[in-house]
Amino acid sequence: MLRRQELVCQQVVELVSDYLEDALSPRDRRRFERHLAICPHCTVYLAQMHETLRLTGRLVPEDLAPEVADEFTEIFRRWSAERNGPGDRPPP
Amino acid sequence: MPRFKPRNRRPIAGPGGADDDAQLLERLRSGDEAAFSALVERHHDPMLRLARTFVQSQAVAEEIVQDTWVAVLHGIENFEGRSSLRTWLLAILVNRARSTGAREARTVPSADPTPAVDAARFNAGGGWSTPPEQWAEDVEARLSADTLAPVIREELERMPARQRAVVMLRDVDQLRSDEVCQVLGLSAVNERVLLHRGRGRLRQALEDAIGGC
Ligand SMILES: [Zn+2]
Repeated sequence: MLRRQELVCQQVVELVSDYLEDALSPRDRRRFERHLAICPHCTVYLAQMHETLRLTGRLVPEDLAPEVADEFTEIFRRWSAERNGPGDRPPP
Repeated sequence: MPRFKPRNRRPIAGPGGADDDAQLLERLRSGDEAAFSALVERHHDPMLRLARTFVQSQAVAEEIVQDTWVAVLHGIENFEGRSSLRTWLLAILVNRARSTGAREARTVPSADPTPAVDAARFNAGGGWSTPPEQWAEDVEARLSADTLAPVIREELERMPARQRAVVMLRDVDQLRSDEVCQVLGLSAVNERVLLHRGRGRLRQALEDAIGGC
């Protein structure tokens, strides 16, 4: 079988996610890594992508507002009362 | 304002959270209110953000999250633990969002996807003509984290709904890709196409912000 052409930079950047998600075939993975080994620009690109993912993964979840938390307490108590049967139901 | 979490903190619902979830779930089954609060606290933000990819209104999104928890409580005996609690919660949320008639933006990946990097940055042979520049070893050393977090948040907001949902679930909430597919009902290939475009946009937004300083 003929060896396929080597990848060019423009193709490499479009394969970055498949590479990071480990979704490349072994052969494409080797082509990808062969290109990285000789291309400083794509190496920088991949490093930027790693940094992008690191920063994105560190976004802080918004805190739960107290009044929202109260609504959930209400949801829980209603469920709990229904579950425990009519005897425990709070007065209407 | 959005901030970054300290480096050593685990993602709130990420790897390592599963065991705690299982324990909290056990306590919840026995009627422990504190366990419920802890679960809500832990999963509220990812749920709300996912709901917002279905509806514009914050209030409606909050209702969807509440409906989801009601459904979760009533279905708690049905949870068999084949998927993680988080995946189960989010899948219920997506069902609730769809059944409330929320209009989902149909951003099914096309055969000819927008490239992750502008074609103008390459020469005719496909090599870089405007290559990316190395970012500082620690970007936050030059730019405060408080500057970069909003860049990411704002770019997420600008993404089409499905793309945003995929990137948030995978890269913010750190679900596995098979969990993302399960929650959103996407094929693995479509999930990766959406993820790829979304990540390309985030990198570009950061490059714009960092390059200009
Ligand atoms: Zn290259």
